[in-house]
Amino acid sequence: MDEDQLRVFVGIVQKYFESETGKGPDTGSPYLGDVSDLPMLDFTGVIGISGVRQGCVYITAGPDLLRALLLHVGETDVSDHNLCDLAGEIANTIAGNARLHFGHDFMISVPVIVRGAAQAIHMPRNTKAYVIPFRWRKHPASLVVSLQ
Amino acid sequence: MELKLMIIDDSNVIRGKISRALTRHNMRVVATAANGEEAVDRFMPEKPDVVTMDLTMPRMDGLECIRKLKKIKPDIKILVVSALADKATAIQALKEGAQGFLCKPFSDDDLTDAMDELLTGA
Repeated sequence: MDEDQLRVFVGIVQKYFESETGKGPDTGSPYLGDVSDLPMLDFTGVIGISGVRQGCVYITAGPDLLRALLLHVGETDVSDHNLCDLAGEIANTIAGNARLHFGHDFMISVPVIVRGAAQAIHMPRNTKAYVIPFRWRKHPASLVVSLQ
Repeated sequence: MELKLMIIDDSNVIRGKISRALTRHNMRVVATAANGEEAVDRFMPEKPDVVTMDLTMPRMDGLECIRKLKKIKPDIKILVVSALADKATAIQALKEGAQGFLCKPFSDDDLTDAMDELLTGA
């Protein structure tokens, strides 16, 4: 994955929060993560990528960010069920929007939800994973993109 | 006249968001479904006038669901609401029989504008 492609994902995250809340997140500097020590917060939505590229895209966030986002869009049910649902939906939206850049053959799966910061997403050793850290309303989250 | 709406999306949060926005827009939600199979099962008893349709869903995806719903009710109006942002997907959905395409993420205004365009044929 090159710098331009990384920028595509930064732009999509920005657009997602601007569209949903009117305020984009504060994005930190993307970095190449160690696949054995990638960020994992309490709620993670993972999208598998196949077709023209293989790998995965995931978003990981804590309950405070997801709860605030739900309330902002008018959702009063802030149960864990909806926090998981939202993590999956954000991941789905970001990966789906990436098809505008990567094309129709950038195939995305339905979201898989991983619950709990102690869990880990296992990546193949030979892949690189880029981490885009960001904060929305001071709540931290990360988008992780690993594409072969 | 109040139109009967069916919302098909695998996200409970998105179903709620669409429901709130379009209920305020003089529509009545008569059914929801989390995948294409559920949608086909729940479509007939309620006979909605309009459907919002996600594309990436488990068990039966949105494109197959559009084909099936169009066979049941050829004049059903379908607004696709999907994260798949490439033009080829939008064209494919329109070829299958959808009349409108709205890309996620979307605001309430984006949704009501897209729905108005769908209903007026603009």
